[in-house]
Amino acid sequence: MRARAQVRVLPDGRRLHLQDGPIDIVLQALGAEDQIRRAHRTAADRFVTVLDELCSELPLLREQVRLGGTEPDGIVARRMFAAVVPYAEENFITPMAAVAGAVAEEILAAMTAVADLSRAYVNDGGDIALHIASGERFVIGMVDLPDRPTLLGSLLGSMTLDSNQPVRGIATSGWRGRSFSLGIADAVTILAKTAAMADAAATIVANAVDLPGHPAISHIAARELSPDSDLGDRLVTTAVGGLTSAEVSEALGRGSACAERLIAPGLIAAAALNLQGTIRVVPSVESPKMALSSGERSLAYA
Amino acid sequence: MPDHDAIRCDACPVLCYIKPGRTGACDRYGNQDGQLVRLDPHVVLDRAVSRGDSVVPFLERNRDWDGNIVSGPATFVTAIGAGTTYPDYKPAPFIISSEVAGVDMVTVVTEGIFSYCGVKVKIDTDRHLGLERNLVRAKGEPVGHVTTSEYGSQMLSLGGVRHLTGGTRDEGNATCETLLNLCNGKAAELTIDEGADVVVQAGKPPVVNGVVEERMRVGCGSATIGMFAKQWHEKIDDVVVVDDHITGVLSEHQAGKMLGIPETGIKMKGRRSTPGRYFRVAEPGTAWGGTKITDPLSILAPFNPKIAWPGLRLLMVSTTGEHHAYYELDDALRPLEKDLPDSLRLSVQRIKENCEPALSTVLFMGGAGGSLRAGVTANPVKLTRSVRDSLTRVTCGGAPVYVWPGGGITLMVDVSRMPENAFGYVPTPALVAPIEFTLKLDDYSALGGYVDRVRPLSSLLNDEGRRHVSARAENPWPFEDKSRRSQS
Repeated sequence: MRARAQVRVLPDGRRLHLQDGPIDIVLQALGAEDQIRRAHRTAADRFVTVLDELCSELPLLREQVRLGGTEPDGIVARRMFAAVVPYAEENFITPMAAVAGAVAEEILAAMTAVADLSRAYVNDGGDIALHIASGERFVIGMVDLPDRPTLLGSLLGSMTLDSNQPVRGIATSGWRGRSFSLGIADAVTILAKTAAMADAAATIVANAVDLPGHPAISHIAARELSPDSDLGDRLVTTAVGGLTSAEVSEALGRGSACAERLIAPGLIAAAALNLQGTIRVVPSVESPKMALSSGERSLAYA
Repeated sequence: MPDHDAIRCDACPVLCYIKPGRTGACDRYGNQDGQLVRLDPHVVLDRAVSRGDSVVPFLERNRDWDGNIVSGPATFVTAIGAGTTYPDYKPAPFIISSEVAGVDMVTVVTEGIFSYCGVKVKIDTDRHLGLERNLVRAKGEPVGHVTTSEYGSQMLSLGGVRHLTGGTRDEGNATCETLLNLCNGKAAELTIDEGADVVVQAGKPPVVNGVVEERMRVGCGSATIGMFAKQWHEKIDDVVVVDDHITGVLSEHQAGKMLGIPETGIKMKGRRSTPGRYFRVAEPGTAWGGTKITDPLSILAPFNPKIAWPGLRLLMVSTTGEHHAYYELDDALRPLEKDLPDSLRLSVQRIKENCEPALSTVLFMGGAGGSLRAGVTANPVKLTRSVRDSLTRVTCGGAPVYVWPGGGITLMVDVSRMPENAFGYVPTPALVAPIEFTLKLDDYSALGGYVDRVRPLSSLLNDEGRRHVSARAENPWPFEDKSRRSQS
């Protein structure tokens, strides 16, 4: 009688809201009216089975990825696995680190496969997959705290992405967000080739923004907060006290060093790291793609 | 892996374990003092006719405008997620004013905590589910009983204050969970003492002892004889329609007599009521026609040799046409099963066709006590009278309700007409159900309403904390009275 997943058009009549269990997506397609309709319909059709697909192999997706380990079967699960496997040798990471980005990517792929769109975005709880047709561009806005998505007044700035840049995914991670973080970054935003890649990298870089052993930082075993967390007994950040500017700089230094290492192999295109109001951008040279400007169209965490 | 104090959320397949004071991965469900609670935002209902700012249901945008001119606001504030009036002297959480066709209307919106509440479940089946008054159990705990059956349906009465708060804690929790699941459109697994195991879910076919019930009978055995006698005439010598209630025999039945169908010497077991109508041909069960019968010949005694003849053709069929067998008498007048002739296949098919899809349907029934009414007006009895006098319209989540005559406000509502997940619960245990009272501002003032707490509809709509759902097309719009609807 009642489907679990919710699909509805938002009040502006242009954005589609998809929700099922913990998946919460706002998407928009731009193009001819019939193409938008087709894209919306396909997105909804694809969406309604995604959660069940993921849950069918959830235990595996919560396990640490090891080289040569078991690979998942589902199409979204494989996107997740592919996004985290580059980090598996040096880090603890599970496919869940890329779940939001991978879902966003999958929905976007379903839409663009059937509809001719000039632009589209699929925003899955702040992890965003983008479609930018040739000659088109997106202006992306950032807010400083994932858990306080007030766009006005706290807009950090915005950046312009055009079709020539190899960026189709944006993701943000931080200890204040919905997922747990091992680090102390308020927010790390990553631009990468795909949303799943950005999602995985955001987790890794946010974990790296840290001051190990600092007394102002409180931790708790992830299991204590959420018994079935993929992080198990690993300590996740629950509070960060006031830090001196030198401490902030040191923590951001660890994070940006990590981010820099991800640029050469093509794992990310750029990163913005925010800790207690101080923002570090990687690559450090102010490049056109990260230029702060006031755009006419902005995206915020939904 | 689960911690001793974590609870498992079954709202979606992620099945999070949630610690006290925490929420699941979705942030929509949480563990509050060991209880799973929904933390959804307050629901407002949008009429899906207007464009512009209203939320419209996906894929319904292309539907042609039905020509109706909306004479009132396109948004109705439901009580789902509104919160309750506890402690009782508090005014209802939301008292909303809107202008409808030039008249100021007020909707008083509250979520009621119902200890006196339950559900009536109608299960379309002839199969014997259990004797009247037998206990219905969930997880082994008594949660209700079998009540008087209705035409083609078995009825269960579940919940009620005695099971919710009058028994053990386990009984109360099992009852509350069963009611919550059924009211929110989920399935409930029930076991009836000395009876069947059933899975019921509002709007879905019932599952009896693991078998999905597909059709409900068109009539009792006797009625079926009456309805189809003409179609059987001259194609067959006798027909027995097997039914747990009244089994019918064509040649003896009044309908057969009228058509001049001769006697066949058939002899039925069971107690004859009137000619051609038999009570209790077999014990109730889940086989042929709601009896225990798997071999239909077991209800026949030998044919009378003075009347019957070799080659006599006999059809035996159940009230839903699901079971049927065709026989011809041999030289010793013993029935031998043969293939059903094509000429009779159509009549069996027609019995089947006339049986409607079997469903379980769930009506929530509860009484709005004095406390809840006190949240609407300082003088609760005046609200009761206003409802009686049809000055106040009562809705549950925007769905129409039937208010039982007599004292108090005891209402029934079809849960499938309400928005999804409209019900919640408190650990008492008791059910939390939305209830809205809509009336003219003048009348509200006259019955001692909290007029100083009235706020305009527009003050709610810009708030992000509201969930907009589209109104169901089959429900009357709460602001519109029936006379006006019929003119449009």
